[in-house]
Amino acid sequence: MATHPSPAAFEAKFLELLFARRAVLFALIVFAIIALLCAFASVVAPSDPAKMSVRDRLTAPGADFILGADAFGRDVASRLLFAGRVSLSVGLGVAALSSLVGVVLGLCAGFFRQLDAPLSRLVDAMMAFPDILLAIALVSILGGSAVNVILALAIVYAPRIARIVRASTLVIRELPFVEAAMALGVSTPAIMVRHVLPNILSPIIVQATFIFAYAMLAEAGLSFLGVGIDPSTPTWGTMINEGRQYIDQAAFLILYPGVAISISVLVLQLIGDGLRDALDPRLAKDL
Amino acid sequence: MFDHAAQDPLLHIRNLSKRFHTSRGIVHAVSDVSFDIPRGSITGLVGESGSGKTTLGRTLLRLIEPSEGETIFDGTDINKLDGRALRATRRRMQIIFQDPISSLNPRFKVGQIVAEGLRAHGIGTISERKDRVATLLDEVGLSSDAISRFPHEFSGGQRQRIGIARALALEPEFIVADESVSALDVSIQAQVLNLLLELRERHNLTMLFIAHDLSVVEYLCDQIVVMYLGRVAEIGLAQHVYSSPGHPYTQALLTAVPVPDPQAARDRTILTGDIPSPLDPPSGCVFRTRCPIADAACATNIPAPVKAGPAHQLYCRKPNVQN
Repeated sequence: MATHPSPAAFEAKFLELLFARRAVLFALIVFAIIALLCAFASVVAPSDPAKMSVRDRLTAPGADFILGADAFGRDVASRLLFAGRVSLSVGLGVAALSSLVGVVLGLCAGFFRQLDAPLSRLVDAMMAFPDILLAIALVSILGGSAVNVILALAIVYAPRIARIVRASTLVIRELPFVEAAMALGVSTPAIMVRHVLPNILSPIIVQATFIFAYAMLAEAGLSFLGVGIDPSTPTWGTMINEGRQYIDQAAFLILYPGVAISISVLVLQLIGDGLRDALDPRLAKDL
Repeated sequence: MFDHAAQDPLLHIRNLSKRFHTSRGIVHAVSDVSFDIPRGSITGLVGESGSGKTTLGRTLLRLIEPSEGETIFDGTDINKLDGRALRATRRRMQIIFQDPISSLNPRFKVGQIVAEGLRAHGIGTISERKDRVATLLDEVGLSSDAISRFPHEFSGGQRQRIGIARALALEPEFIVADESVSALDVSIQAQVLNLLLELRERHNLTMLFIAHDLSVVEYLCDQIVVMYLGRVAEIGLAQHVYSSPGHPYTQALLTAVPVPDPQAARDRTILTGDIPSPLDPPSGCVFRTRCPIADAACATNIPAPVKAGPAHQLYCRKPNVQN
């Protein structure tokens, strides 16, 4: 017989499992630092990210500009922090929105047998499209603002969540406690939200973390290709795109945003792995 | 105790069938079942695994949609109710499950589990519900501090009591107990059975008690329905069925019950083989493939009910009626 951890005991155990891996703990700390630096960019940044100074163009990193200055003499360090704010917001926005859409689609597909086939085929069709191609098409239709990039990428990634939610829902809905709720006269929407959803949160959280990382990469890719957020708003992707022209004179221009993207995506992947390992085996035992 | 003939039954089940369409064919889980459940009685539903007794119990509550037939509950055919009316009627009929683990939501505290029905029907304020939950927990023999604890903190028997409190919260008239004690230790089984009997008396409940253990059923039930492969084999008052079983399947089931006296001489009917697949049930009498007295004619006609006594019916061509 399976034992059921109480949510309180479960959380203690979960954190213990999560922190047991050094890499995961390290990744969480690094991510927290990046997120805090970007969130407080206006306080932390050495100067105005938009202030141009033609005399200082392409200055190498040093005393005046810690991470150098770009082709317009703007401070790279400041731009990096403000750009990070946009990149992280896009990642978070996509993770949240795609989870919301995916949960609704997945719960409906898992709960209503008549909806399952059409919804599943729709999800399959969307997943068969190359991610970045679909995103480019959607952004070109919607127009290049941060909100539209979030919308486009959420549409791209929602099917991943929908699939996981559908599969988990199919398992949970057959359990007697769901039948008990039906017998009590609990309405179907309430059964889905109160009884099923809390029991399938773990895989959703794990997948949302991965989507956070994928969305940051995709946003950088879109900006690099020039189809992302309007270039007047700095993002790590646009910074790389702008720096590309000066790669032989000032390689640091693409190095720093590139490193920022790599580190952020790497730590998010590590966090996702850690969450999965800490949540999933429990989930298997739980049910 | 109730008087079988004197009153109109709470539940009239007429020609109820449930077929599941699967990729391997049609599963005939319940076929043409008809019987009555008198008010205030405990009806035992027995049969081996695969006989369709669990499906029947679920279909009576319309947790499974029947393929055809009527389930007339207190004058209303619940199979004809729409969503809203069905939800309202569900207050009056509840179920207690077999598995004390998976029948309680692991993310809910006991208080939430027991109050869920009250919440769903908008009964009482939050504090009134809390009082009601405390009363219910006391009634099933749990202390009131259970309210804020999670189901995993309880033993199997205690968890079954939580499930009983949940079922009682809406003050139902009819309860289906689906093998509700078979997952428990024998000593705990007796406690939970006694609790059910006590609650039945106090709340004047009508119960359908699904079991495969005939000795438990004999102890508890007024009426017995024996099912085999989705069909009723025999139905009657418990004392009649136990003292003079007429259907060869009932006789086989009863002789399989262990007797405490090893010296007792026993005339046993031993069943060989397994229950046939409900995907392809035998023609005529579904029991004929394992029946010791079957002949060629049993393969052609589905047996009609034979009256074996007052309120005692069998579905057999060659009933062995002793009285």
